[in-house]
Amino acid sequence: MQPIIKISDLSKTYESGHQALSNVNLDINDGEILALLGPNGAGKTTLISIICGIVASSTGSVTVAGHDTVKDYRFTRSLIGLVPQELTLGAFDSVWNTVNFSRGLFGKEPNPAYLEQLLKDLSLFDKKDSELRELSGGMKRRVLIAKALSHEPRILFLDEPTAGVDVELRKDMWQLVRGLHKSGVTIILTTHYIEEAEEIADRVGVISAGKLLLVDNKDNLMRELGKKQLALELKQPVDQLPESLAPYNLEISADGAQLIYTYNTTGERTGITALLQAVNAAGLSLKDLNTSQSSLEEIFVKLLKAKA
Amino acid sequence: MNYQAIRVIYKFEMLRFWNTLMQSIASPVISTSLYFVVFGSAIGSRIQEIDGVSYGVFIVPGLVMLSLLTQSIANASFGIFFPKFTGTIYEVMSAPISFFEIVIGYVGAAASKSFILGSIILITANLFVDLNIAHPVWMMAFLILTCISFSLFGFIIGLWATNFEKLQLIPMLVVTPLVFLGGSFYSVSMLPPAWQTVTLFNPVLYLISGFRWSFFEVADVSVGVSLAMIIFFLLACLAIVWWMFKTGYRLRN
Repeated sequence: MQPIIKISDLSKTYESGHQALSNVNLDINDGEILALLGPNGAGKTTLISIICGIVASSTGSVTVAGHDTVKDYRFTRSLIGLVPQELTLGAFDSVWNTVNFSRGLFGKEPNPAYLEQLLKDLSLFDKKDSELRELSGGMKRRVLIAKALSHEPRILFLDEPTAGVDVELRKDMWQLVRGLHKSGVTIILTTHYIEEAEEIADRVGVISAGKLLLVDNKDNLMRELGKKQLALELKQPVDQLPESLAPYNLEISADGAQLIYTYNTTGERTGITALLQAVNAAGLSLKDLNTSQSSLEEIFVKLLKAKA
Repeated sequence: MNYQAIRVIYKFEMLRFWNTLMQSIASPVISTSLYFVVFGSAIGSRIQEIDGVSYGVFIVPGLVMLSLLTQSIANASFGIFFPKFTGTIYEVMSAPISFFEIVIGYVGAAASKSFILGSIILITANLFVDLNIAHPVWMMAFLILTCISFSLFGFIIGLWATNFEKLQLIPMLVVTPLVFLGGSFYSVSMLPPAWQTVTLFNPVLYLISGFRWSFFEVADVSVGVSLAMIIFFLLACLAIVWWMFKTGYRLRN
Protein backbone atom coordinates (compact mmCIF):
# COMPACT_ATOMS: atom_id res chain seq x y z
CA MET A 1 0.00 0.00 0.00
CA GLN A 2 1.27 3.45 -0.88
CA PRO A 3 2.06 5.51 2.24
CA ILE A 4 -0.19 8.54 2.73
CA ILE A 5 2.85 10.61 3.69
CA LYS A 6 6.35 9.88 2.44
CA ILE A 7 9.23 11.88 3.86
CA SER A 8 12.52 11.50 1.99
CA ASP A 9 15.95 12.75 3.11
CA LEU A 10 14.39 15.74 4.80
CA SER A 11 16.70 18.28 6.45
CA LYS A 12 16.11 21.75 7.83
CA THR A 13 18.66 24.29 8.93
CA TYR A 14 17.23 27.57 10.19
CA GLU A 15 18.74 30.93 9.28
CA SER A 16 20.28 31.06 12.76
CA GLY A 17 22.35 28.01 11.79
CA HIS A 18 20.39 25.67 14.04
CA GLN A 19 19.88 22.32 12.36
CA ALA A 20 16.40 21.22 13.36
CA LEU A 21 16.14 18.14 11.15
CA SER A 22 18.80 15.93 9.70
CA ASN A 23 18.10 13.51 6.90
CA VAL A 24 14.71 12.24 8.06
CA ASN A 25 13.09 9.37 6.16
CA LEU A 26 9.64 8.24 7.20
CA ASP A 27 6.61 6.57 5.65
CA ILE A 28 3.26 7.14 7.31
CA ASN A 29 0.54 4.65 6.46
CA ASP A 30 -2.97 5.58 5.49
CA GLY A 31 -5.32 5.37 8.44
CA GLU A 32 -2.77 4.76 11.18
CA ILE A 33 -2.10 6.66 14.38
CA LEU A 34 1.56 7.53 14.57
CA ALA A 35 3.04 9.06 17.69
CA LEU A 36 6.24 11.03 17.36
CA LEU A 37 8.02 10.81 20.66
CA GLY A 38 10.87 13.08 21.59
CA PRO A 39 12.15 15.64 24.09
CA ASN A 40 11.62 19.40 23.65
CA GLY A 41 13.58 20.81 20.75
CA ALA A 42 13.90 17.41 19.06
CA GLY A 43 12.50 18.73 15.78
CA LYS A 44 8.97 17.35 16.03
CA THR A 45 7.24 20.68 15.37
CA THR A 46 9.63 21.53 12.54
CA LEU A 47 8.85 18.21 10.89
CA ILE A 48 5.10 18.84 11.11
CA SER A 49 5.50 22.43 9.97
CA ILE A 50 7.33 21.34 6.83
CA ILE A 51 4.68 18.77 5.94
CA CYS A 52 1.95 21.39 6.44
CA GLY A 53 3.80 24.02 4.40
CA ILE A 54 4.44 26.48 7.23
CA VAL A 55 8.21 26.08 7.10
CA ALA A 56 10.29 25.52 3.96
CA SER A 57 12.66 22.54 4.02
CA SER A 58 16.36 22.95 3.29
CA THR A 59 16.75 19.67 1.40
CA GLY A 60 14.66 16.58 0.77
CA SER A 61 11.03 16.17 -0.13
CA VAL A 62 7.64 15.24 1.27
CA THR A 63 4.74 13.75 -0.64
CA VAL A 64 1.17 13.53 0.62
CA ALA A 65 -1.07 11.00 -1.14
CA GLY A 66 1.56 10.80 -3.87
CA HIS A 67 1.76 14.57 -4.47
CA ASP A 68 4.72 16.80 -3.69
CA THR A 69 3.96 19.25 -0.87
CA VAL A 70 5.74 22.11 -2.64
CA LYS A 71 4.67 21.61 -6.25
CA ASP A 72 1.14 20.41 -5.50
CA TYR A 73 0.63 22.38 -2.32
CA ARG A 74 -3.01 23.10 -3.03
CA PHE A 75 -3.82 19.43 -3.18
CA THR A 76 -1.66 18.26 -0.28
CA ARG A 77 -2.61 21.04 2.11
CA SER A 78 -6.31 20.57 1.48
CA LEU A 79 -5.98 17.05 2.93
CA ILE A 80 -4.32 18.16 6.15
CA GLY A 81 -5.64 19.59 9.39
CA LEU A 82 -3.22 20.93 11.98
CA VAL A 83 -3.72 21.52 15.69
CA PRO A 84 -0.74 23.63 16.76
CA GLN A 85 1.04 23.31 20.05
CA GLU A 86 0.53 26.90 21.17
CA LEU A 87 -2.93 28.31 21.85
CA THR A 88 -2.76 30.60 18.85
CA LEU A 89 -6.17 32.14 18.39
CA GLY A 90 -7.46 35.60 17.60
CA ALA A 91 -9.09 37.53 20.41
CA PHE A 92 -12.26 39.16 19.19
CA ASP A 93 -13.66 36.63 16.72
CA SER A 94 -16.48 34.38 17.82
CA VAL A 95 -16.06 30.60 17.90
CA TRP A 96 -18.57 30.21 15.09
CA ASN A 97 -16.83 32.77 12.88
CA THR A 98 -13.39 31.32 13.41
CA VAL A 99 -14.39 27.77 12.40
CA ASN A 100 -16.19 29.14 9.35
CA PHE A 101 -13.07 31.10 8.49
CA SER A 102 -10.92 27.96 8.71
CA ARG A 103 -13.26 25.96 6.52
CA GLY A 104 -13.30 28.66 3.84
CA LEU A 105 -9.55 29.09 4.01
CA PHE A 106 -9.16 25.46 2.98
CA GLY A 107 -11.40 26.01 -0.02
CA LYS A 108 -14.52 24.27 1.26
CA GLU A 109 -18.04 25.52 0.62
CA PRO A 110 -19.84 26.70 3.76
CA ASN A 111 -21.54 23.83 5.60
CA PRO A 112 -23.26 25.04 8.79
CA ALA A 113 -24.74 21.61 9.55
CA TYR A 114 -21.32 19.92 9.60
CA LEU A 115 -19.76 22.68 11.69
CA GLU A 116 -22.66 22.61 14.11
CA GLN A 117 -22.19 18.87 14.66
CA LEU A 118 -18.44 19.35 15.00
CA LEU A 119 -18.88 21.97 17.71
CA LYS A 120 -21.38 19.72 19.48
CA ASP A 121 -18.92 16.80 19.40
CA LEU A 122 -16.33 19.03 21.01
CA SER A 123 -18.79 20.39 23.61
CA LEU A 124 -18.35 23.84 22.12
CA PHE A 125 -21.75 24.49 20.64
CA ASP A 126 -23.09 26.49 23.59
CA LYS A 127 -20.02 28.71 23.29
CA LYS A 128 -20.38 29.34 19.59
CA ASP A 129 -21.13 33.05 19.98
CA SER A 130 -18.47 33.66 22.64
CA GLU A 131 -15.43 35.70 21.77
CA LEU A 132 -12.25 33.64 21.75
CA ARG A 133 -10.57 35.72 24.43
CA GLU A 134 -13.35 34.83 26.87
CA LEU A 135 -12.61 31.10 26.67
CA SER A 136 -10.55 29.06 29.11
CA GLY A 137 -7.34 27.36 27.99
CA GLY A 138 -9.07 24.01 27.61
CA MET A 139 -11.87 25.53 25.54
CA LYS A 140 -9.33 27.27 23.33
CA ARG A 141 -7.67 23.95 22.65
CA ARG A 142 -11.05 22.52 21.66
CA VAL A 143 -11.54 25.45 19.27
CA LEU A 144 -8.16 24.74 17.69
CA ILE A 145 -9.22 21.13 17.15
CA ALA A 146 -12.52 22.29 15.67
CA LYS A 147 -10.66 24.63 13.31
CA ALA A 148 -8.37 21.81 12.19
CA LEU A 149 -11.32 19.52 11.52
CA SER A 150 -13.52 22.21 9.95
CA HIS A 151 -12.53 21.24 6.41
CA GLU A 152 -12.89 17.48 6.91
CA PRO A 153 -9.21 16.59 6.53
CA ARG A 154 -7.93 13.08 5.74
CA ILE A 155 -4.83 13.64 7.82
CA LEU A 156 -4.76 15.27 11.23
CA PHE A 157 -1.65 16.55 12.99
CA LEU A 158 -1.85 17.07 16.73
CA ASP A 159 1.23 18.87 18.02
CA GLU A 160 1.54 18.08 21.73
CA PRO A 161 -2.22 17.99 22.16
CA THR A 162 -2.16 17.26 25.87
CA ALA A 163 0.26 19.98 26.99
CA GLY A 164 -1.56 21.85 29.76
CA VAL A 165 -4.77 19.92 29.30
CA ASP A 166 -6.89 18.60 32.16
CA VAL A 167 -7.89 14.96 32.57
CA GLU A 168 -11.37 15.38 31.19
CA LEU A 169 -10.29 17.08 28.01
CA ARG A 170 -7.55 14.52 27.55
CA LYS A 171 -10.13 11.77 27.78
CA ASP A 172 -12.43 13.58 25.35
CA MET A 173 -9.55 14.13 22.99
CA TRP A 174 -8.55 10.47 22.90
CA GLN A 175 -12.14 9.53 22.31
CA LEU A 176 -12.29 11.95 19.42
CA VAL A 177 -9.00 10.63 18.03
CA ARG A 178 -10.30 7.07 18.19
CA GLY A 179 -13.48 8.13 16.42
CA LEU A 180 -11.54 9.86 13.66
CA HIS A 181 -9.25 6.86 13.39
CA LYS A 182 -12.27 4.63 12.91
CA SER A 183 -13.55 6.87 10.12
CA GLY A 184 -10.23 6.43 8.31
CA VAL A 185 -8.40 9.64 9.21
CA THR A 186 -4.63 9.30 9.53
CA ILE A 187 -3.46 10.85 12.79
CA ILE A 188 0.03 12.01 13.65
CA LEU A 189 0.60 13.30 17.15
CA THR A 190 3.69 14.47 18.93
CA THR A 191 4.27 14.03 22.60
CA HIS A 192 7.00 13.59 25.13
CA TYR A 193 5.06 11.18 27.27
CA ILE A 194 5.60 7.48 26.60
CA GLU A 195 2.27 6.67 28.28
CA GLU A 196 0.42 8.77 25.76
CA ALA A 197 2.00 7.02 22.82
CA GLU A 198 1.25 3.73 24.51
CA GLU A 199 -2.38 4.56 25.01
CA ILE A 200 -3.30 5.66 21.54
CA ALA A 201 -0.74 4.94 18.84
CA ASP A 202 -0.31 2.08 16.37
CA ARG A 203 3.26 2.98 15.65
CA VAL A 204 5.77 5.11 17.47
CA GLY A 205 8.64 7.13 16.03
CA VAL A 206 11.40 8.35 18.29
CA ILE A 207 13.00 11.62 17.32
CA SER A 208 15.90 13.38 19.00
CA ALA A 209 18.20 16.22 18.01
CA GLY A 210 16.65 16.35 14.56
CA LYS A 211 17.17 12.66 13.82
CA LEU A 212 14.52 10.01 13.53
CA LEU A 213 16.09 7.27 15.63
CA LEU A 214 13.57 4.57 14.98
CA VAL A 215 10.01 3.89 13.96
CA ASP A 216 8.43 0.72 15.19
CA ASN A 217 5.22 -0.93 16.17
CA LYS A 218 4.16 0.29 19.54
CA ASP A 219 4.26 -3.20 21.05
CA ASN A 220 7.85 -3.83 19.98
CA LEU A 221 8.97 -0.49 21.23
CA MET A 222 7.23 -0.74 24.56
CA ARG A 223 9.03 -4.00 25.19
CA GLU A 224 12.27 -2.21 24.52
CA LEU A 225 11.35 0.82 26.61
CA GLY A 226 9.86 -1.31 29.40
CA LYS A 227 13.22 -2.55 30.64
CA LYS A 228 14.26 -2.02 34.23
CA GLN A 229 17.45 -2.53 36.16
CA LEU A 230 17.96 -3.99 39.60
CA ALA A 231 21.18 -3.02 41.36
CA LEU A 232 22.38 -5.36 44.12
CA GLU A 233 24.85 -3.74 46.46
CA LEU A 234 27.18 -6.31 48.03
CA LYS A 235 28.68 -6.26 51.51
CA GLN A 236 31.91 -7.72 50.12
CA PRO A 237 33.02 -6.70 46.60
CA VAL A 238 33.65 -9.61 44.21
CA ASP A 239 36.17 -9.95 41.36
CA GLN A 240 34.12 -12.32 39.32
CA LEU A 241 30.68 -13.84 39.33
CA PRO A 242 30.00 -17.24 40.82
CA GLU A 243 29.12 -19.63 38.01
CA SER A 244 25.68 -20.29 39.39
CA LEU A 245 24.76 -16.71 38.52
CA ALA A 246 25.87 -16.92 34.90
CA PRO A 247 22.33 -17.44 33.45
CA TYR A 248 21.25 -14.00 34.72
CA ASN A 249 23.67 -12.01 32.54
CA LEU A 250 24.67 -9.78 35.42
CA GLU A 251 27.02 -6.87 35.04
CA ILE A 252 29.60 -6.14 37.73
CA SER A 253 30.38 -2.54 38.55
CA ALA A 254 34.01 -1.40 38.26
CA ASP A 255 34.65 -1.63 42.00
CA GLY A 256 32.95 -5.02 42.18
CA ALA A 257 30.54 -3.82 44.83
CA GLN A 258 27.45 -3.84 42.65
CA LEU A 259 25.72 -6.42 40.48
CA ILE A 260 23.30 -5.09 37.89
CA TYR A 261 20.43 -7.19 36.59
CA THR A 262 18.35 -6.05 33.62
CA TYR A 263 14.82 -7.38 33.28
CA ASN A 264 11.62 -6.66 31.46
CA THR A 265 8.59 -5.49 33.40
CA THR A 266 6.24 -6.33 30.56
CA GLY A 267 7.44 -9.95 30.43
CA GLU A 268 5.59 -12.73 32.21
CA ARG A 269 8.38 -13.26 34.71
CA THR A 270 10.98 -10.80 35.81
CA GLY A 271 13.23 -13.51 37.27
CA ILE A 272 13.91 -11.45 40.36
CA THR A 273 12.85 -14.07 42.90
CA ALA A 274 15.02 -16.73 41.31
CA LEU A 275 17.95 -14.34 41.09
CA LEU A 276 17.75 -13.40 44.75
CA GLN A 277 17.61 -17.05 45.74
CA ALA A 278 20.60 -17.80 43.55
CA VAL A 279 22.51 -14.86 45.04
CA ASN A 280 21.74 -16.19 48.49
CA ALA A 281 22.77 -19.73 47.53
CA ALA A 282 26.06 -18.40 46.12
CA GLY A 283 26.83 -17.04 49.59
CA LEU A 284 26.79 -13.37 48.66
CA SER A 285 25.25 -11.07 51.22
CA LEU A 286 23.50 -7.89 50.24
CA LYS A 287 23.85 -4.46 51.78
CA ASP A 288 21.14 -2.79 49.76
CA LEU A 289 19.20 -3.05 46.56
CA ASN A 290 17.34 -0.65 44.31
CA THR A 291 15.56 -0.71 40.98
CA SER A 292 15.53 1.95 38.29
CA GLN A 293 13.79 2.46 35.01
CA SER A 294 15.58 4.24 32.21
CA SER A 295 14.06 7.66 31.71
CA LEU A 296 12.96 8.68 28.26
CA GLU A 297 15.97 10.95 28.06
CA GLU A 298 18.32 8.06 28.83
CA ILE A 299 16.62 5.92 26.23
CA PHE A 300 17.06 8.66 23.67
CA VAL A 301 20.72 8.99 24.51
CA LYS A 302 21.16 5.25 24.30
CA LEU A 303 19.37 5.06 20.99
CA LEU A 304 21.37 7.97 19.68
CA LYS A 305 24.64 6.30 20.68
CA ALA A 306 23.57 3.00 19.19
CA LYS A 307 22.71 4.64 15.87
CA ALA A 308 25.83 6.79 15.72
CA MET B 1 -8.29 29.73 -7.60
CA ASN B 2 -9.37 29.19 -4.02
CA TYR B 3 -12.33 31.60 -4.10
CA GLN B 4 -13.62 30.43 -0.74
CA ALA B 5 -10.34 31.45 0.91
CA ILE B 6 -10.42 34.91 -0.68
CA ARG B 7 -14.04 35.25 0.39
CA VAL B 8 -13.41 34.39 4.05
CA ILE B 9 -10.24 36.48 4.39
CA TYR B 10 -12.00 39.49 2.86
CA LYS B 11 -15.16 38.93 4.85
CA PHE B 12 -13.46 38.57 8.21
CA GLU B 13 -11.12 41.50 7.62
CA MET B 14 -14.14 43.66 6.78
CA LEU B 15 -15.97 42.34 9.80
CA ARG B 16 -13.45 44.06 12.05
CA PHE B 17 -14.20 47.31 10.25
CA TRP B 18 -17.97 47.00 10.71
CA ASN B 19 -17.56 45.95 14.34
CA THR B 20 -15.80 49.22 15.06
CA LEU B 21 -17.88 51.25 12.64
CA MET B 22 -18.25 54.27 14.91
CA GLN B 23 -14.50 54.54 15.40
CA SER B 24 -13.89 53.85 11.73
CA ILE B 25 -16.15 56.67 10.63
CA ALA B 26 -15.97 59.12 13.51
CA SER B 27 -12.22 59.57 13.47
CA PRO B 28 -11.81 60.59 9.80
CA VAL B 29 -14.91 62.79 9.95
CA ILE B 30 -13.67 64.59 13.04
CA SER B 31 -10.12 65.04 11.77
CA THR B 32 -11.33 66.27 8.38
CA SER B 33 -13.64 68.74 10.06
CA LEU B 34 -10.75 69.99 12.19
CA TYR B 35 -8.59 70.52 9.13
CA PHE B 36 -11.37 72.51 7.53
CA VAL B 37 -11.86 74.64 10.58
CA VAL B 38 -8.12 75.33 10.96
CA PHE B 39 -6.87 75.44 7.37
CA GLY B 40 -10.04 76.19 5.49
CA SER B 41 -11.61 78.87 7.67
CA ALA B 42 -9.07 80.25 10.14
CA ILE B 43 -5.97 80.30 7.93
CA GLY B 44 -7.63 79.86 4.56
CA SER B 45 -9.62 83.06 4.81
CA ARG B 46 -6.31 84.96 4.78
CA ILE B 47 -4.92 83.04 1.81
CA GLN B 48 -5.81 84.16 -1.68
CA GLU B 49 -7.07 81.78 -4.36
CA ILE B 50 -4.62 79.26 -5.79
CA ASP B 51 -4.86 78.79 -9.55
CA GLY B 52 -8.33 80.26 -9.42
CA VAL B 53 -9.53 77.86 -6.70
CA SER B 54 -10.39 79.08 -3.22
CA TYR B 55 -8.05 77.71 -0.57
CA GLY B 56 -10.74 75.83 1.34
CA VAL B 57 -11.64 73.90 -1.77
CA PHE B 58 -8.06 73.57 -2.95
CA ILE B 59 -7.02 71.50 0.06
CA VAL B 60 -9.82 68.90 -0.31
CA PRO B 61 -7.92 66.46 -2.60
CA GLY B 62 -4.80 66.71 -0.42
CA LEU B 63 -6.87 66.11 2.67
CA VAL B 64 -8.48 63.02 1.17
CA MET B 65 -5.06 61.72 0.10
CA LEU B 66 -3.60 62.33 3.54
CA SER B 67 -6.24 60.13 5.17
CA LEU B 68 -6.24 57.60 2.36
CA LEU B 69 -2.51 57.00 2.50
CA THR B 70 -2.23 56.75 6.26
CA GLN B 71 -5.37 54.62 6.59
CA SER B 72 -4.46 52.26 3.75
CA ILE B 73 -1.06 51.64 5.25
CA ALA B 74 -2.39 51.30 8.79
CA ASN B 75 -5.20 48.92 7.81
CA ALA B 76 -3.16 46.65 5.60
CA SER B 77 -0.06 46.52 7.77
CA PHE B 78 -2.08 45.77 10.90
CA GLY B 79 -4.22 43.21 9.05
CA ILE B 80 -1.24 40.98 8.30
CA PHE B 81 0.99 41.93 11.24
CA PHE B 82 -1.58 40.99 13.88
CA PRO B 83 -1.93 37.31 12.84
CA LYS B 84 1.86 37.18 12.64
CA PHE B 85 2.07 38.64 16.13
CA THR B 86 -0.52 36.31 17.69
CA GLY B 87 0.71 33.30 15.70
CA THR B 88 -2.61 32.67 13.96
CA ILE B 89 -0.81 33.16 10.64
CA TYR B 90 0.08 29.44 10.84
CA GLU B 91 -3.37 28.68 9.53
CA VAL B 92 -3.06 30.89 6.47
CA MET B 93 0.41 29.48 5.81
CA SER B 94 -0.84 25.90 5.98
CA ALA B 95 -3.92 26.52 3.84
CA PRO B 96 -4.12 25.63 0.15
CA ILE B 97 -3.86 29.21 -1.07
CA SER B 98 -1.40 31.09 -3.26
CA PHE B 99 0.28 34.37 -2.37
CA PHE B 100 -1.93 36.06 -4.90
CA GLU B 101 -5.10 34.92 -3.14
CA ILE B 102 -3.76 35.99 0.24
CA VAL B 103 -2.95 39.42 -1.20
CA ILE B 104 -6.38 39.79 -2.82
CA GLY B 105 -8.06 38.92 0.48
CA TYR B 106 -6.03 41.12 2.82
CA VAL B 107 -5.15 43.99 0.50
CA GLY B 108 -8.61 43.97 -1.06
CA ALA B 109 -10.18 44.39 2.38
CA ALA B 110 -7.74 47.11 3.42
CA ALA B 111 -8.27 48.97 0.14
CA SER B 112 -12.05 48.67 0.48
CA LYS B 113 -11.91 50.20 3.94
CA SER B 114 -9.78 53.08 2.70
CA PHE B 115 -12.11 53.61 -0.21
CA ILE B 116 -15.08 53.85 2.13
CA LEU B 117 -13.14 56.29 4.32
CA GLY B 118 -12.13 58.37 1.30
CA SER B 119 -15.75 58.63 0.23
CA ILE B 120 -16.83 59.62 3.72
CA ILE B 121 -14.19 62.35 3.81
CA LEU B 122 -15.34 63.68 0.45
CA ILE B 123 -18.92 63.79 1.69
CA THR B 124 -17.80 65.56 4.86
CA ALA B 125 -15.79 68.04 2.79
CA ASN B 126 -18.87 68.74 0.72
CA LEU B 127 -20.60 69.92 3.87
CA PHE B 128 -17.95 72.61 4.39
CA VAL B 129 -17.23 73.76 0.85
CA ASP B 130 -18.90 73.64 -2.52
CA LEU B 131 -17.16 70.86 -4.42
CA ASN B 132 -17.29 70.49 -8.17
CA ILE B 133 -15.52 67.49 -9.62
CA ALA B 134 -14.38 68.10 -13.19
CA HIS B 135 -13.52 64.48 -14.03
CA PRO B 136 -15.42 62.10 -11.74
CA VAL B 137 -14.21 58.96 -13.52
CA TRP B 138 -10.57 59.97 -13.22
CA MET B 139 -11.18 60.99 -9.65
CA MET B 140 -12.49 57.48 -8.92
CA ALA B 141 -9.59 55.89 -10.79
CA PHE B 142 -7.01 57.84 -8.76
CA LEU B 143 -8.89 57.09 -5.57
CA ILE B 144 -9.05 53.34 -6.21
CA LEU B 145 -5.47 53.06 -7.50
CA THR B 146 -4.19 54.90 -4.46
CA CYS B 147 -6.17 52.72 -2.07
CA ILE B 148 -4.80 49.55 -3.68
CA SER B 149 -1.18 50.65 -4.01
CA PHE B 150 -0.88 51.98 -0.51
CA SER B 151 -2.67 48.99 0.95
CA LEU B 152 -0.08 46.86 -0.83
CA PHE B 153 2.65 49.07 0.61
CA GLY B 154 1.13 48.65 4.07
CA PHE B 155 0.98 44.89 3.54
CA ILE B 156 4.72 44.91 2.85
CA ILE B 157 5.35 46.87 6.02
CA GLY B 158 3.19 44.41 7.97
CA LEU B 159 5.16 41.46 6.60
CA TRP B 160 8.47 43.18 7.24
CA ALA B 161 7.77 44.45 10.75
CA THR B 162 8.90 42.23 13.59
CA ASN B 163 7.47 44.42 16.37
CA PHE B 164 4.99 47.22 16.94
CA GLU B 165 7.71 49.91 16.78
CA LYS B 166 8.69 48.90 13.27
CA LEU B 167 5.05 48.82 12.31
CA GLN B 168 4.77 52.51 13.23
CA LEU B 169 8.20 53.53 11.99
CA ILE B 170 7.60 53.96 8.27
CA PRO B 171 4.14 55.58 8.50
CA MET B 172 5.46 58.05 11.09
CA LEU B 173 8.89 58.84 9.75
CA VAL B 174 8.42 58.49 6.02
CA VAL B 175 4.84 58.62 4.87
CA THR B 176 3.47 61.49 6.97
CA PRO B 177 6.33 63.88 6.04
CA LEU B 178 6.06 62.91 2.38
CA VAL B 179 2.34 63.62 2.39
CA PHE B 180 2.76 66.99 4.07
CA LEU B 181 5.64 67.94 1.76
CA GLY B 182 3.86 66.58 -1.32
CA GLY B 183 1.64 69.60 -1.78
CA SER B 184 -1.37 68.50 0.29
CA PHE B 185 -1.98 72.02 1.51
CA TYR B 186 -0.24 74.14 -1.14
CA SER B 187 0.70 74.28 -4.79
CA VAL B 188 4.32 73.36 -5.49
CA SER B 189 4.68 76.58 -7.47
CA MET B 190 4.41 78.46 -4.15
CA LEU B 191 7.78 77.03 -3.06
CA PRO B 192 11.20 78.57 -3.83
CA PRO B 193 12.67 77.10 -7.07
CA ALA B 194 15.25 74.92 -5.30
CA TRP B 195 12.56 73.26 -3.16
CA GLN B 196 10.37 72.76 -6.20
CA THR B 197 13.11 70.55 -7.66
CA VAL B 198 13.46 68.62 -4.39
CA THR B 199 9.71 68.07 -4.27
CA LEU B 200 9.78 66.38 -7.66
CA PHE B 201 11.51 63.42 -5.95
CA ASN B 202 8.55 62.98 -3.63
CA PRO B 203 6.27 60.27 -5.08
CA VAL B 204 3.27 61.55 -3.13
CA LEU B 205 3.40 64.80 -5.10
CA TYR B 206 2.35 62.92 -8.24
CA LEU B 207 -0.58 61.30 -6.46
CA ILE B 208 -1.93 64.53 -5.04
CA SER B 209 -1.32 66.46 -8.23
CA GLY B 210 -3.17 63.93 -10.38
CA PHE B 211 -6.00 63.65 -7.89
CA ARG B 212 -6.32 67.43 -7.68
CA TRP B 213 -6.38 67.66 -11.46
CA SER B 214 -9.42 65.39 -11.58
CA PHE B 215 -11.21 67.95 -9.38
CA PHE B 216 -10.09 71.33 -10.70
CA GLU B 217 -8.05 70.64 -13.83
CA VAL B 218 -5.06 72.27 -12.18
CA ALA B 219 -1.93 70.23 -11.54
CA ASP B 220 1.69 70.58 -10.49
CA VAL B 221 2.82 67.89 -12.93
CA SER B 222 1.08 66.49 -15.98
CA VAL B 223 -1.69 63.96 -15.38
CA GLY B 224 -0.03 61.33 -17.55
CA VAL B 225 3.07 61.43 -15.39
CA SER B 226 0.93 61.18 -12.25
CA LEU B 227 -0.87 58.14 -13.58
CA ALA B 228 2.36 56.48 -14.73
CA MET B 229 3.94 57.06 -11.32
CA ILE B 230 1.09 55.54 -9.36
CA ILE B 231 0.93 52.49 -11.63
CA PHE B 232 4.69 52.11 -11.33
CA PHE B 233 4.39 52.24 -7.55
CA LEU B 234 1.61 49.66 -7.64
CA LEU B 235 3.67 47.26 -9.75
CA ALA B 236 6.74 47.79 -7.61
CA CYS B 237 4.77 46.90 -4.47
CA LEU B 238 3.31 43.82 -6.18
CA ALA B 239 6.78 42.70 -7.20
CA ILE B 240 8.07 43.08 -3.64
CA VAL B 241 5.14 41.14 -2.18
CA TRP B 242 5.61 38.42 -4.78
CA TRP B 243 9.30 38.17 -3.90
CA MET B 244 8.48 38.05 -0.17
CA PHE B 245 6.15 35.10 -0.63
CA LYS B 246 8.40 33.32 -3.09
CA THR B 247 11.35 33.43 -0.71
CA GLY B 248 9.20 32.92 2.39
CA TYR B 249 10.61 36.17 3.75
CA ARG B 250 9.92 36.34 7.51
CA LEU B 251 7.12 33.85 7.03
CA ARG B 252 8.54 30.42 6.32
CA ASN B 253 11.85 30.72 8.12
